[in-house]
Amino acid sequence: MVDWADTEESGGRLMTAMKVRNPIGRKLLDRTVKGLSVGASFLGIFFLAWILMEVTNRGIAAINWDFFTELPAPPGEDSVGLSSAIVGTLLMTVLAMVIGVPIGVLSGVYLSEVARGTRLANGIRFCINVLMGVPSIIVGLFVYSILVLPMGQFSGLAGAVSLAVIMLPVIARTTDDMLILVPNALRESALALGTPKWKVTYDVVLRAAKTGMITGVLLAIARVSGETAPLLFTSLNSVYMPEGLLAPTSNLTVTIFNYAMSPYADWQQMAWGASLLIMVSVLGVTIFARAAFKERVK
Amino acid sequence: MNDTRKNANRRSGLPPGDIVYSILTRCAAGAVLLIAIGIVISLTGNSWPAIQKFGAHFLVDTTWNPVESEFGALSSIAGTLISTVIAMVIAVPLAVIIAFFLVELAHPILSKPIGYAIELLAAVPSIIYGMWGLFVFAPYMADHIQPALQRWSGDFPLFSGAPMGIGMLSAGIILALMVLPFITAVMRDVFRMVPSVVKEASFGMGSTTLETAQHVTVKYGFSGLIGAVFLGLGRAVGETMAVTFVIGNSHDISLSLYAAGNTIASTLANEFTEAAEPMYISALIELGLVLFVMTLIIQVLAQWWIGRTQKKAGAGL
Repeated sequence: MVDWADTEESGGRLMTAMKVRNPIGRKLLDRTVKGLSVGASFLGIFFLAWILMEVTNRGIAAINWDFFTELPAPPGEDSVGLSSAIVGTLLMTVLAMVIGVPIGVLSGVYLSEVARGTRLANGIRFCINVLMGVPSIIVGLFVYSILVLPMGQFSGLAGAVSLAVIMLPVIARTTDDMLILVPNALRESALALGTPKWKVTYDVVLRAAKTGMITGVLLAIARVSGETAPLLFTSLNSVYMPEGLLAPTSNLTVTIFNYAMSPYADWQQMAWGASLLIMVSVLGVTIFARAAFKERVK
Repeated sequence: MNDTRKNANRRSGLPPGDIVYSILTRCAAGAVLLIAIGIVISLTGNSWPAIQKFGAHFLVDTTWNPVESEFGALSSIAGTLISTVIAMVIAVPLAVIIAFFLVELAHPILSKPIGYAIELLAAVPSIIYGMWGLFVFAPYMADHIQPALQRWSGDFPLFSGAPMGIGMLSAGIILALMVLPFITAVMRDVFRMVPSVVKEASFGMGSTTLETAQHVTVKYGFSGLIGAVFLGLGRAVGETMAVTFVIGNSHDISLSLYAAGNTIASTLANEFTEAAEPMYISALIELGLVLFVMTLIIQVLAQWWIGRTQKKAGAGL
């Protein structure tokens, strides 16, 4: 038989040691915090929805055929568009890709395939992490001093280089992370067949990591195409259709900044239109990239 | 005979493809190093005239007078720190309870889309936050939130002054919104990594969900929380466009969070292209150098912390 008196007594002692707390109070607190956490999550969604809706509502009015085909005009004129800025942004993003993607992928390959585990690789990995944390406006300052100052003028090339510098560490890091996931047995079996190392990397390792890397690259592109800060003092802005990348180059994001800060209502309207265009393309690429990645996981 | 020649060939050199491969990857990795070093050298080099002229005084001086060529960074540094602190004070607790909701409370059917939506906040470009902040959020702050805060807090000096909408507080709130998804994502991963046995043990003792989170999940994931805070800090300190739109760009330091202010990044964005004087440009680049050093310190601390906890986890598990 259980000695109830005894257990109750020792239980009582234990309870005093642990401090008796009112279960109703505890449950109430629990409910409150649960409620708060639901509220906080919906607050996040609420802000996202608010931003998306405002940008869409205000931007849609500015978007028409002229928006894509006409050049920017002084405030007050009827038919105005941002064709030059659209072309400029596309040109710079593509050039940034051409510079940033190969260097990023190759340095990721270096870290994972060529020098894995060495001190130098760890040092470079540290640099990549630091570069990922460098604010984009600092990258703009850096490119200003290495390209704009020596060349004596702002240029689309400098803008593209600054975007590439922002992309580079992101892509290098993604490549590194993705390649390390590739099982060593794959590499070893390819090498055992006498395959040269570059072919192992290119045909086996990179192929195995392809989906993840494409996602990473797409996300990096989406990120830089919405960047403004590094372009402020590299590509600057212009109202003309870009004729080369050695002169100040018109682009959407700096145009948004300039137009939004102007006192003219029709320019601010154009800024909303450009914001909508940027937002839709950036979010579009991001969502597409993530959806594509999900398929692989399945 | 034939065999030895083959062997010699194999030993004497790699296949030509491998030589190219090795050179290319090394060059790319070298480029990363070069950029990292180049940023330090170019920022230091171009700010040298200002460093020589103002010395350490630059960091504690509040004067910002382009006409007289007198520059001090204190108001920008203070603005950067204040806006970052506001952002973190709002974003960290919010991120922790959102992560708590996503991992512990929500059904996967709900948790997935909500988590995804929060992550999308990170994909929205900075300039969009700026547009929304300036034209939508700041007027709303001025009309509703700021007067309400004033009524509620009495004559509290932090909330004094005219409610203009733009200013330090609005910039901090928008920054909070921008860093929220990053901190939430890390916290969510951290909470997910807590073994369910530990949590079940806590529930078995009769703990409520909150108590389990408080005493088990958060304690277990504390080092991850610190890492997430570092990540958010790094983002918030250097954020440029959204802040430039709403902070009001004034070089005065004010006790009130309603007053306009500036951050290092917003000053650079606003003034760099207008600066013509070499000393002005040099002072602005020195500001950039200060910001770079701030992010570097955050990065180094973060990586040191992650390395430390990884070592600890490796030993413990």
